[in-house]
Amino acid sequence: MNRILFSKTGMAKYISHLDLMRTMQRALLRAGLEIKHTQGFNPHPHMVFALPLPVGCESCCELMDFELVKDAGEEEIVSGMNRTLPEGIEVISAYVPERKLKEIAKLEMEIIFTFDSGATEEKADRLRELFERNEIVVNKKTKKGFSDINIRELMDKVEISIYNSSKIRLSAVIAAQNPSLNPLLITTAIGNYEPELAPDQVSYNRKEIYDNEMNIFR
Amino acid sequence: MRKIGLPLYALESKDPVKDFDIVAFSLGYEMAYTSVINMLDLAGIPLHREDREGLKNLVIAGGTCTYNSEPLCDFVDLFSIGEGEDALCELAELYGKAKAGGWSKREFLRKAADIDGIYVPEFYDISYNEDGTVRAITPIDGVRPVVTKRIVQDFEHSYFPEKTIIPSTEIVHDRVVLELFRGCIRGCRFCQAGYVYRPVRRRSSDVLAEHAINALKDSGYEEMTLSSLSTSDYKELNVLCDKLLDYCEPRKISLSLPSLRADNFSFELMERVQRVRKSGLTFAPEAGSQRLRDAINKNVREEDLFNTCRIAFEGGWNAVKLYFMLGLPTETDEDVKAIADLANQVVYIWKKHAKNKSRGVRITVSTSFFVPKFLTPIQWEAQNAMSEYKRKVQLLADTMKNRAVTYNWHDPETSYIEAVLARGDRRIGKVLEEVVKNGSGLQAWSEYFSFDLWMESFKACGIDPDFYAARERSKDEVLPWDMISAGVRKDYLWRERETAYRGEITPDCRKQCTGCGANLIYKGGRCDE
Ligand code: SF4
Repeated sequence: MNRILFSKTGMAKYISHLDLMRTMQRALLRAGLEIKHTQGFNPHPHMVFALPLPVGCESCCELMDFELVKDAGEEEIVSGMNRTLPEGIEVISAYVPERKLKEIAKLEMEIIFTFDSGATEEKADRLRELFERNEIVVNKKTKKGFSDINIRELMDKVEISIYNSSKIRLSAVIAAQNPSLNPLLITTAIGNYEPELAPDQVSYNRKEIYDNEMNIFR
Repeated sequence: MRKIGLPLYALESKDPVKDFDIVAFSLGYEMAYTSVINMLDLAGIPLHREDREGLKNLVIAGGTCTYNSEPLCDFVDLFSIGEGEDALCELAELYGKAKAGGWSKREFLRKAADIDGIYVPEFYDISYNEDGTVRAITPIDGVRPVVTKRIVQDFEHSYFPEKTIIPSTEIVHDRVVLELFRGCIRGCRFCQAGYVYRPVRRRSSDVLAEHAINALKDSGYEEMTLSSLSTSDYKELNVLCDKLLDYCEPRKISLSLPSLRADNFSFELMERVQRVRKSGLTFAPEAGSQRLRDAINKNVREEDLFNTCRIAFEGGWNAVKLYFMLGLPTETDEDVKAIADLANQVVYIWKKHAKNKSRGVRITVSTSFFVPKFLTPIQWEAQNAMSEYKRKVQLLADTMKNRAVTYNWHDPETSYIEAVLARGDRRIGKVLEEVVKNGSGLQAWSEYFSFDLWMESFKACGIDPDFYAARERSKDEVLPWDMISAGVRKDYLWRERETAYRGEITPDCRKQCTGCGANLIYKGGRCDE
């Protein structure tokens, strides 16, 4: 079993999860690294992504597990893949994993809101006030229709600060899986609770992943 | 894009299209014409060729439907007729010289008009008769009167794209496409590709296997498709499949073989190569009766089709799709009803031979509305009226009573517009512009296609679409595309038309050369060697 740590930034943030799977599979093959296929009637390459990244989010801490037909060294995987991957996706390291992906519990997110009307302390304060609530309910589309969820209980360590003259930065540690919090819902919540504070542009960035004890997960 | 003022940009480099020296369109389908105009507009490039003064933003086009380029002549500076591999290199070289030497656009175009396979509409003057037909095509400035399409002479050693741009998102044809041969030996009379891609030239299985493996390695694709007009006619098909499977099978790379004929051999091959679910088989007999199939020279015999179906049903397949065209020349109501008979017989074969009947059988019959295409023996023919097509659809639906058969028909509106554009002349250009101005450029997409918009645009431009779609041309009428030759002589096409009306078939090129003329443009070689 192999695991890679990779980043997905810039224009590559628009590559969807399904396309990312294809891209990774091709990158491995193009690097001359043959990936093992699942057994069965309709074999497909065996790859597991730790946490699917929503389209539009950047990240510097993505993990993918896979198995190769022939073993390859860390250096071979890293340089081979980086030679063939598209701009914006970069393999940082490759290794044999010691921990199971399901031990991932939390994510550190950075969200930058852009306001065409400028970022002011007043706006930052109002945002801080909003996230001081214990309950922020958002209507979320699920497989079975719609349901209300309290996103606040899935967020921790919320910090809000002025980033520059037009941008406000929000950082938070959010639930990573079972259940997870889609960071786009944080923006939805702002629009619902404080329509005047609805940002003109938002960028999302996954900064780090942790286990339940807040140790960095690799 | 218009709303936020974002000009059209290149997908990979993100450079504005307006910054490019040459903007080239590849056109395989007439309904894409409006997209050309829309894209130029989105890019901020003046639409009309005479409004683009310098060498910058030279607009060129090529592809099967540009063998009749006339509808786009207002907008496109020059067309590459036939295969572009060689002509485009020569054109780019000339462009480089022109740029370095500070030539005027007219100087450049005049020289380009001397490159084999390049058609520059500016140098062909069109005059019309009172009845609206073309009176004469007059070459000016000493350009050659007829532009003959360009072909690759040495196909075996010609360029094959082993290194391609690998997309990060899913695209159409998201796989390695291995081109086996060009041209087709069959000569189905309705099929434009069968005439304009002549003569047949092929690559050897050794060369193909090498290209295939290199392309798979470089791209990381896990799928490959063999491409040609008729895969079964590739002489070394079995050998090639062995070579490819040796590489593909252990690597779980899947191989697909489209355009197979309905015979046993093809079926066995498909079973061997494609690890697909045993669900659907597809055949295109095109016409219901043997008489009409002979008239259009579609050499599918009922026995072959039934045989293949029998083997398929015995092997556990339980769905067959059958494609037909309605509105073919000489078609009678009997021919239409014969489609239902054919479908019924396939159901009967299933009843007799299927191993496992519990899953039932699904036979799907689809009909489309026939579009007569230029540079085929049918180019003089009138398209059926839409009402006639609908009547035939109804007739067939009423005849097709079998519950195991599903009947789908395509709406005729798009095919009618396609028929107008296919055999259109330069006067169609303003209609295209009108459509884009008042609606969407995406007329090739059914969700954006608007028949009313087209009809209003014809009216606004004072053009009668029936003149183009529903009129039979006479033998000596000057056709708007007469300055273009695909190598096949016009009198050969006419002869084929007469043979069709006699209901006689023409042997394929492998059996016997019937002298179409395409061998004359194939300098060093012989057809289908
Ligand atoms: S010249 Fe003869 S063999 Fe060659 S394409 Fe024409 S009909 Fe076929």
